[in-house]
Amino acid sequence: MAKKEYSFYPGCSSQKAASASNYQVSIDSMCDVLDIQLNEIPDWNCCSASIGYAGGGELPRLALSARNMALSEQAHPDQDIVATCAACWLATKETQERLHDDSALMEETNQALAEAGLKVKADKNIRHMVEVLIEDIGYDELGSKVQKPLEGIKIAGYVGCQTNRPFGIAGESFENPKYLDKLVETMGADPVENYDRKVSCCGGALAFSEPEKSQALIKEIIEAAYDGGADMIVTPCPVCQMNVEVYQNHINKTYNTKFNMPVVYYSTLMSVAYGKSAKEAGLDGQVIRAKKLEEIAGK
Amino acid sequence: MSNMNTAMIEKYRNNFLKEVEANVEEGEWVKMCMQCGVCSGSCPLGPYWDHPPQEIFMMIRAGKREEVLSSSSMWMCTSCYNCIARCPRGLPITHIMHGLAHYADRLGLAPKEQPTRKFAKHFWDNLTKKGRVNELKLGLKLYFMNGFGEGIKTAMKMKDVGLGMWKSKRLSIGELWGGHSIKDTKGLHAILNKAREIEEAKAKKFEG
Repeated sequence: MAKKEYSFYPGCSSQKAASASNYQVSIDSMCDVLDIQLNEIPDWNCCSASIGYAGGGELPRLALSARNMALSEQAHPDQDIVATCAACWLATKETQERLHDDSALMEETNQALAEAGLKVKADKNIRHMVEVLIEDIGYDELGSKVQKPLEGIKIAGYVGCQTNRPFGIAGESFENPKYLDKLVETMGADPVENYDRKVSCCGGALAFSEPEKSQALIKEIIEAAYDGGADMIVTPCPVCQMNVEVYQNHINKTYNTKFNMPVVYYSTLMSVAYGKSAKEAGLDGQVIRAKKLEEIAGK
Repeated sequence: MSNMNTAMIEKYRNNFLKEVEANVEEGEWVKMCMQCGVCSGSCPLGPYWDHPPQEIFMMIRAGKREEVLSSSSMWMCTSCYNCIARCPRGLPITHIMHGLAHYADRLGLAPKEQPTRKFAKHFWDNLTKKGRVNELKLGLKLYFMNGFGEGIKTAMKMKDVGLGMWKSKRLSIGELWGGHSIKDTKGLHAILNKAREIEEAKAKKFEG
């Protein structure tokens, strides 16, 4: 199959030594096997995520994503934009739709971009990596690359919010999307059936500003995974990953629980199943180690 | 009270709905709410809102300007988009809440000590400075946002999280000196300044 190329928007958390740098490591390993080439948008900037609204009005926020689109249009004119971060994907896709549907906003945005000699058309598809996997490659092809099936591992597919709403993945429902379970199955592992916190919120950015309220939500997400017999949780979102993984000690103290549940990315699972080493799969980036995956990767 | 606030009170005397429609992002949707309450029942932080979304919509129509804009309610939004996905009338509720929060803050009416307001403003300043988020500086700003003494306490409480992130190479002390940045910060700042200028000029027109 010919190499697939995309204009890539990695996002702040994927940078070296940032909170989702391990996600990027596993994405690179996964793409290597699938013959996907990610061409980084030159000089991309932050999208302002979901809490940019306090400091930035509508136009400044749209201008942030518009700058990225304009740079992508210049550097990779014929390639879809692909993001791995849920918030990056959502902010960029929202901007693309709003500019496309509102000619006045488009004009004002271009007026702002002109200050840096840029111009945006906003006519590209803005896609999440998961869409690339499902739509451009397909489960059969994804499964055919498996060298070490993840046999005997039970995994709760935590889809979360922003890869699911308001846009979601084509053909999936908001209340019970199945794609993550299907990916788990395709890698040879067992998905937790009826994981009832699959699309619940982890608090997002409010995990920082409202820790008690958010940790109450996170507790439910982890508890439901244990109830379903899960060995680990898998997610497509960097904020979900961090929130659900790193506060387990605090939650244990508050609620007298004994949580020690690894939380990995779909690309971590895929890298291991595709025969990559623990390091190449980003497993050294786990705060709570995913020992069952380390064992398979070490074989 | 800010000048802009005084001007807005003068301009939209007794018609807060009109004020929201003209000045708040996606505000023209407010009148479409049919008070079913699905949004409030779907919100992960629903119990913590002084006035859940459907109540906010009715209060806007009832002209409760001060109560709405000084409320901490909108700042409870986690941006989970559950309300948008479920609203039978298709209101972009998440965006309206963000818009109301932003407008309240611009008018100087948002509650000063609301933690998400403070954190979100630090986040914006952090990301616009160099074009990319500096996670370490953002975290420290968060810990120390309620003063030095409180900050030390928070930092101590959070040290296991920080240590875990550092050990797994997902946090770099190097971010304190410089850190990640785009190359064309000058261009980005020019874009953002122009965008703000355009938005303020539009608000001026309403004041006029």
